[in-house]
Amino acid sequence: MAFVARRLFPVCTDYTMTSLSNPTAGGTSAPGSSQSDVHAKVYGDAEHLQIPAAAAHVSTEKMLDWFKQMLLIREFELRCMQSYQEKKIGGFCHVYIGQEAVAVGCTAAVEHKDPIVTAYRDHGHALARGMDPRACMAEMFGRIGGCAKGKGGSMHMFDRDNNLYGGHGIVGAQTPLGAGLAFGCKYIDEVIEGKANSRVSLCFLGDGALNQGAFHEAMNLAGLFDIPVIYVVENNGYSMGTAIARGTTMAHSLITKAAGYGIDGYVVDGMDVVGVYADMKSIADKCRATSRPAFVDMRTYRYKGHSMSDPRKYRTKEEEEVFEKHDPIGRLEARLKAAGKLTDESLKAMQKDVRDTVRDAVTWSDESPIPPMAELYHDVFVEPWGPYTGSSQPQMNGGTANQPSMRTIDTKEELS
Amino acid sequence: MSAVREIEYRDALREAMSEEMRRDKRVFLLGEEVAEYNGAYKISRGMLEEFGARRVIDTPISESGFAGLAIGAAMMGLKPVVEFMSWSFSLVAADPILNNAPKMLYMSGGQFGCPVVFRGNDGAGGQLGSTHSWCVEGLFSNVPGIKIAIPSNPYDAKGLLKTAIRGSDPVFFLESERMLGNKGEVPEEEYLIPFGQAKVIRSGTDCTLASWGRPVHFCMEAAEEMQKLGISCEVIDLRTVRPLDIGTVVRSVKKTGACVVVDQSWSFGSPGSEVASQVHRHCFDDLDNYVHRVHSADVPTPYATNLEQEYLPNARKIAEAVRSATYNL
Ligand SMILES: Cc1ncc(C[n+]2csc(CCOP(=O)(O)OP(=O)(O)O)c2C)c(N)n1
Ligand SMILES: [Mg+2]
Repeated sequence: MAFVARRLFPVCTDYTMTSLSNPTAGGTSAPGSSQSDVHAKVYGDAEHLQIPAAAAHVSTEKMLDWFKQMLLIREFELRCMQSYQEKKIGGFCHVYIGQEAVAVGCTAAVEHKDPIVTAYRDHGHALARGMDPRACMAEMFGRIGGCAKGKGGSMHMFDRDNNLYGGHGIVGAQTPLGAGLAFGCKYIDEVIEGKANSRVSLCFLGDGALNQGAFHEAMNLAGLFDIPVIYVVENNGYSMGTAIARGTTMAHSLITKAAGYGIDGYVVDGMDVVGVYADMKSIADKCRATSRPAFVDMRTYRYKGHSMSDPRKYRTKEEEEVFEKHDPIGRLEARLKAAGKLTDESLKAMQKDVRDTVRDAVTWSDESPIPPMAELYHDVFVEPWGPYTGSSQPQMNGGTANQPSMRTIDTKEELS
Repeated sequence: MSAVREIEYRDALREAMSEEMRRDKRVFLLGEEVAEYNGAYKISRGMLEEFGARRVIDTPISESGFAGLAIGAAMMGLKPVVEFMSWSFSLVAADPILNNAPKMLYMSGGQFGCPVVFRGNDGAGGQLGSTHSWCVEGLFSNVPGIKIAIPSNPYDAKGLLKTAIRGSDPVFFLESERMLGNKGEVPEEEYLIPFGQAKVIRSGTDCTLASWGRPVHFCMEAAEEMQKLGISCEVIDLRTVRPLDIGTVVRSVKKTGACVVVDQSWSFGSPGSEVASQVHRHCFDDLDNYVHRVHSADVPTPYATNLEQEYLPNARKIAEAVRSATYNL
């Protein structure tokens, strides 16, 4: 079987990117700085992509829109952390701060009809996809107004209207699902509707998920069946406290894994939203046209701990600072300002807007009622059976036998 | 006699592992974040330092791979202890842990055993949602060839884990994140607790409460409440569900004539239904009422606090079941 594993764009050796010093430049970067040492420690000494020339053609409106989306996600996540401290959010909560450019750039690069599926670090994808911040926050507050009526929680964001097929809590769980979403799209178009496939699916995963068997089976299937799914590895250098090279072979060149499955692999700078957009647009267009899968090593960084309870002792403050200097929001801000498209005033107005939106989401979620007890038994089946006939305890949905106390305790009354 | 100390459940687990690793070089620990991070829940804190990276091994997030690897190593004569960060994550390793470990001895006609201990957090944590709140004893107790321990306190945790590691068969060791910080008396001197020995932890005359793991504490709470109503409960901590010490439960029910089984796993085909069935058989003429059961609701685990609380077994529900079983409603 023929396969190509290659990079779509020219490669430079300095991940820190020319765009930082020269926001509009697209040329070859200067040789590595001291920062690349830290970077190499995190990611291995891979060669890195830089923004392709196409990026220069993105309209100012688009950039401003992405800028605002990233601001929104960051503000939202900060409020999540605060709400977690205040115990309004429970369970496991993983914030997306630092990785905003990935969700925003990737969603911008595909169409709204293209399905998206991701892991548990999913608030950013939900917001970028258009989920109402109220529904997202209320979900974490465990309220009926949440996107899943408060039944899913932070790790399980679903939004049918926005073609978001979930946050998934089990590492790697979403990777075969991603293949299935794309398979489904293609099947519907080609087999049922008799037209060419029109959709690509985006399946996000963490670098840690590369080591789940499910991912490898999914990649093989995608390669084998010509499934138009793009695996976007949000390579933030760590899975919990494990630096990528401690847990993953070929950490410096993850695309070699794709090569093994006959799938094109790309390395993309995930700290630059314009670059993410431009690269992902080319990749998505190609996948759509050829109906083939792709694999993207998306280089990014999470600024905060893995979840709310991680003191980040496995890495240095210095390393964090390096990445924070290359902040996706800061970089775009500099770029827009340099181009005269953003002023201090317009930035302030935008920040205020975003703060208001998030504050409103919190207030609204605070006021959203807790789910009624009947919700405990709803949504187990589309077609529940009943009423209760008495031989065993389980019985879902509908009918009079749905009193919560009767579901859990095998009492005499339950039989009457 | 040395002084009795109080230590946390997590410390008891660590002591058991460390002591066994000191006495037997074949024992080693592997799992996600167990070494450099000192364990996601700090159970293995300091073990890397003491035993080194060859014996305390950080793995990638590859449960199927490292569970299977441990089984291979066990067939080779080693004694691996595998930490699942949560038993919820063991499901991606279902084939090795259910299809290999429990059957190896049998299908090799006694040639290859699997002395491997799989351990980790089991049951609902606190709003962890549908995928992360598994009570795997509901599933796994159905499988012959596995021993399953579900200790409710530090003393049992240590004694049972040492037995598990020292034994020659596969053991699933089910801990609870909610109990890791619980303190209890654990003597300095060495002790082992055999599997299949239930413990009567409160004696009573009117109703037998049988449970294991975290819900044992809810049973004790309920028993306290019932005492106020003049209903005397006997509480039995089964400690292991495979093997199951049904004798201790039966002896108690013959005395009390009433029984409530409390099991956090789902009710359908569960260890709870097994206990109830066996009690019905052995105490048919002694029971004044059918055996009542308290389980988690028969739905996936919800995230919202109010729903999760209603979903889980608790003292109120147990009390209600006791009152029903003893005709005190
Ligand atoms: C099968 C499975 N094993 C372990 C876990 C616990 N766990 C949750 S997130 C995580 C780290 C994942 O890291 P990565 O894939 O890089 O994603 P990131 O957190 O960096 O976004 C682990 C070990 C899990 N959820 N599922
Ligand atoms: Mg990661």
